[in-house]
Amino acid sequence: MALNKVCASCSRLSNEVKVLHGIISKRHHFVYTPDLKTPVKGEKRKMNMFQAINNALDLTLQNDQTALIFGEDVGFGGVFRCTMDLQKKYGQSRVFNTPLCEQGIVGFGIGVAVMGWTAVAEIQFADYIFPAFDQIVNEAAKYRYRSGGLFDCGKLTIRAPCSAVGHGALYHSQSPEAYFAHTPVASKDPDPCIIFEPKTLYRAAVEEVPLQEYQLPIGKAEVLIEGSDVTLIGWGTQVHVLKEVAQLASSKFKASCEVIDLVSILPWDMETVCKSAKKTKRVLIAHEAPQTGGFGAEIAATIQEECFLQLEAPVARVTGFDTPFPHVFEPFYLPDKWRCLETVQNLLEY
Amino acid sequence: MRVVICRIHLKLRDIEFRATFDGVYDYAVRILCTYKRTSIRAYYRLKLLLFPGAKTTWSEKIEFIKMKSYRPIPVYRVLDRQGNVINPAEDPKLPEDIVIKMYKSMSLLNNVDKILYESQRQGRISFYMTNYGEEASHIGSAAALNNEDIIYGQYREVGVLIWRGFTLQQLVDQCYGNKDDIGKGRQMPVHYGSKELNFITISSPLSTQMPQAVGSAYTLKNTNQVVVCYFGEGAASEGDAHAAFNFAATLDCPVVLFCRNNGYAISTPIKEQYKGDGIAARGPSYGIHTLRVDGNDVFAVYNATKLAKEYAIKENKPLEIIPHQMIVLPTDLPSEIKQWTTNDYPVMKLRYYIEKRGLWDEDKEKEWMKKSRNDILNAFNAGEKKLKPKWTEMFNDVYKDIPSNILKQQDYMNKHAPYNKYYYSDLGSNPDTG
Repeated sequence: MALNKVCASCSRLSNEVKVLHGIISKRHHFVYTPDLKTPVKGEKRKMNMFQAINNALDLTLQNDQTALIFGEDVGFGGVFRCTMDLQKKYGQSRVFNTPLCEQGIVGFGIGVAVMGWTAVAEIQFADYIFPAFDQIVNEAAKYRYRSGGLFDCGKLTIRAPCSAVGHGALYHSQSPEAYFAHTPVASKDPDPCIIFEPKTLYRAAVEEVPLQEYQLPIGKAEVLIEGSDVTLIGWGTQVHVLKEVAQLASSKFKASCEVIDLVSILPWDMETVCKSAKKTKRVLIAHEAPQTGGFGAEIAATIQEECFLQLEAPVARVTGFDTPFPHVFEPFYLPDKWRCLETVQNLLEY
Repeated sequence: MRVVICRIHLKLRDIEFRATFDGVYDYAVRILCTYKRTSIRAYYRLKLLLFPGAKTTWSEKIEFIKMKSYRPIPVYRVLDRQGNVINPAEDPKLPEDIVIKMYKSMSLLNNVDKILYESQRQGRISFYMTNYGEEASHIGSAAALNNEDIIYGQYREVGVLIWRGFTLQQLVDQCYGNKDDIGKGRQMPVHYGSKELNFITISSPLSTQMPQAVGSAYTLKNTNQVVVCYFGEGAASEGDAHAAFNFAATLDCPVVLFCRNNGYAISTPIKEQYKGDGIAARGPSYGIHTLRVDGNDVFAVYNATKLAKEYAIKENKPLEIIPHQMIVLPTDLPSEIKQWTTNDYPVMKLRYYIEKRGLWDEDKEKEWMKKSRNDILNAFNAGEKKLKPKWTEMFNDVYKDIPSNILKQQDYMNKHAPYNKYYYSDLGSNPDTG
């Protein structure tokens, strides 16, 4: 399954006006720093992430008359406010609540997309996507292949809030990207895709967002900070942890870290990652999901294959543990800046 | 082991069995054949035609079965809105101490909600879900069961736990995830569980408990216990709900499927959740006896649960009970719900009743309110002061024994945590001692 982005403003926001010094909350384990690069020219407005997503969905409904948005509680704006006012603006026939049934939501979305319409299906939490696993893995991901290209559901996008939020415990914190990355799907656009949105960024991420519709390529990573000593690879919230780690490593060890936001999990950008690994010779991959079978393992194996002779240290992984996501122990569970920083030090001293 | 190979030929047209056995003679197959013959003869006696997949009659008139072809299932009640028993034959005639325990549990539950909900708003606990408006469903059903009956809850069933003897301190400790939390601080608040009280620990995903409850009930056939599975009308839309209904019916499981229908799933009203005559109408279509009751009437829920339990034990069959009740959601109340809260609040209804029976008055009310609030606040303050469990608790119970990959991670964290003691100590849990 392609874990990528359809509406670019959903996940990569940009800012060229001013640097916000991050919304520092006691509840956050990261400091948010906005991205200064801008993907397109034109008018911009300051928005947080849920407003940017709302804006992208609004543009989709406006520019594509076949677009439908549906899921649990989307009618009143969704529990994270991403579909706010869209039902009022476009009517109940295009933005609507479904019964509480994830397999139904995804199966319905596949059917809509098979007819050539655009389906944006919301799963209320990524932790609740599993009843739809069969529809995603056995149906959406195999539609084009099994029909010899006769049918496809390429216009299906599944949105699901994911990852740690400070108090979510077992069932409101998971990062399930690796399960879906194990299911191949042709990466030619349009193909069905899942977008996991780190829910802790819905309000914390504030940037200047272009108001016009634009698309960023799928499968392209972004080098956020250039460096020469260690490559730090992450995605979602973890990117912001790594940006702070790069600062700390610079001040504590005078080390220059390169920070890469992988952006899309499948297809993933081997070229950018391996180029950086060959340059810095030391790599740290960090993700919130558990270590065993996590997507970091795939990246580490590829780096080992492609950059074996250039590496100065084994590729390191800093991840969640191989346990369910625990409630009060969340600060111990997360691959926080201290654990990452310690690992950077180990890589440098290897 | 002896190998038995048998082939059974069933010819539907002449209703005849012929069994051919190859190999060793086998009793089981013979019994199966005898059983089948009897049931086929029974169909003939009923003069119903045996279609593949249905027992029914022919019709020569084309006609849809519409929703209005049936009358809606009525709502069973015992009390009117003023707390009077409408039909004396339906009065469960509960002794004074039980009725008072019911009232105290219901009003206590209400006070627990007020204090814990407020503490969530203040950020002292991370999450809470109220039970407001569902008091009669919890207490009425709990009182008709005993502690040996197995409970599978969804997350709004704390009244059942209170009735069974879960203490206020246990409730608060779970919500804080402190060192005395039975769940060891791993789950969000309101995810209670108690082995001692036969209450299976709550999990956040909706309706996953339903087929599990049916499986547990299968093991209780021919005993005096039943399983009661609570779920909401929103959860009944999940695939697991269908699986549970169908398994319960086909496998004859003594389970009471208890659907708390409060009209809303977060923001989604029932008209966007289902059509037709609701979850109750699904029961008979699955072959499950069904009762629809007034969820604001504690005696109606009591009578329904008692009858359901008796039937489940006697017949080894599932039952469905659907109390319809008012709700209060954390968001703004729709007007029709507001009307229910003022006219039909379950705790008030029972209070009218006990006052009319001369068991309760204003003085007793004041005294009880004061005592229950104090008890809750005492438990709350004590729970807030307790430390969190030691962080290594995170690694236990993933498996019975900790495997090498987790041991390695625990060992790594052990070396790392003291290294950054200053940072982790603001958890309230000392990284060294817990």
